[in-house]
Amino acid sequence: MPKGKLTFDHERCKGCGLCVEYCPQKILYQDKKTLNDSGYNIVSVSEPDKCIGCAFCAMMCPDSVIKVEVDK
Amino acid sequence: MTVKYEKTKGLTDKPLSYCPGCTHGIVHKLVGESLVELDILDRAIAIASVGCSVFSYQFFNCDAQQAPHGRACAEATGIKRVLPDNIVFTYQGDGDLASIGIAETIHAANRGENITVIFINNAIYGMTGGQMAPTSLIGQKTTTSQDGRNQADHGNPIKISEMFKTIEGVAYLERVAVNNPKNVIRAKKAIKKAFKYQKEKRGFTMIEVLSSCPVNWGMKPVDALKWIESDMIPNYPLGVFKDKGADDEKN
Ligand SMILES: Cc1ncc(C[n+]2csc(CCOP(=O)(O)OP(=O)(O)O)c2C)c(N)n1
Ligand code: SF4
Repeated sequence: MPKGKLTFDHERCKGCGLCVEYCPQKILYQDKKTLNDSGYNIVSVSEPDKCIGCAFCAMMCPDSVIKVEVDK
Repeated sequence: MTVKYEKTKGLTDKPLSYCPGCTHGIVHKLVGESLVELDILDRAIAIASVGCSVFSYQFFNCDAQQAPHGRACAEATGIKRVLPDNIVFTYQGDGDLASIGIAETIHAANRGENITVIFINNAIYGMTGGQMAPTSLIGQKTTTSQDGRNQADHGNPIKISEMFKTIEGVAYLERVAVNNPKNVIRAKKAIKKAFKYQKEKRGFTMIEVLSSCPVNWGMKPVDALKWIESDMIPNYPLGVFKDKGADDEKN
C-alpha cells in the first residue's frame, strides 16, 4: 500500500524538474511524450506504490502543481 | 486519506509569471502559507516592488500596492502608519532593495517600522536581463561583469543581513535559502516568525532568502539550486542574525 497519493494540476507545470530531483524515492519523471497547453513536458509517477507521502516534491514545486494526500 | 499538501489559499489561482524552476515561486508559497496559518490573510497588505516580482500583487491573495523601484519600505511605512492593525509586508529583489532602495530600507529599519520585509537575494538583476547586482559574488559573470565581478572595480558583495544586524530598530532578522526541502522548511519557519513578530508589534522584521535565477545564471533549475549550496551559502551564511523576542526572554 502506498502511503501517499499525488494529484497533478498539469496545466500549471513548467517542466522545471525540481520535484523529480527532490523525490527521495525517485519515482517522478518528466513525460517526454505529453505536453500541456503551454508546451511543457508534464510530470508523472512511475511507481505510485512507492510514494511515502513526504511531500518534498510539492514543497519544491514553485508553481503549486502537486497535491499530496496521505493515509492516516 | 487526508490532505498533507495543496496549493495555499494565500495565493490566487493566477499562474505565476516566473521562469520555470525560479524559486520566487517557492517563496511566494511560504508567504501565502504563513499568512493563512497565522490567520492574518484578510488583513495583510503586500507591497510589490520592481523586478521579476513586480506582478506579485496579482499572486498574493490579499490587498496589495505596487511601489516604484526601491520605494517599497517607504510605501509600507505610510500604509502601516495609517492602518496599524493591518499586516504590511514588502517583497523585494536584491536589485530593488540592496541597490536603488537601500536608503528607504535602512531608514525604515532604523525607525523600527512594524513591517515585514521579504528580501530575495538571487545575486543578479533578473527582470532586466542579468546585470550585476550589489549582491553578485566575486567572480560571478553577469551581462555587466563579463569577466566576473572583481573587488577593485565593483566592490565586494553587500551582505545585507550582516549590515542590518547592527540596526537597533530591527526585531527579527534571519537569512534562509530555498534550495532543498530541509532549507525550505526552515525558511517557512523564519517567515512565519517574522509575521508573528509584526502581529505582536515588535518592530522591523526582515527575512533574506537565497533564491535562484536559473535563466540569468545560465543554469538548469536543479543546477541553480546546487549553486546556491556550493557558492552562495559559503558567501552568505544562513542563520538568525537578530531575535529581539529571544533576547527579551533571556534578560
Ligand atoms: C527607477 C527605475 N530604474 C530602473 C528600472 C529598471 N529595472 C527594472 S527591474 C530592475 C532590477 C530588478 O532586479 P531585482 O530587484 O534583483 O529583482 P529580480 O528581477 O532579480 O527578481 C531594474 C534596474 C526601473 N524599473 N525603474
Ligand atoms: S529572470 Fe530570474 S528571477 Fe526573474 S523569473 Fe526568471 S529565473 Fe526568476
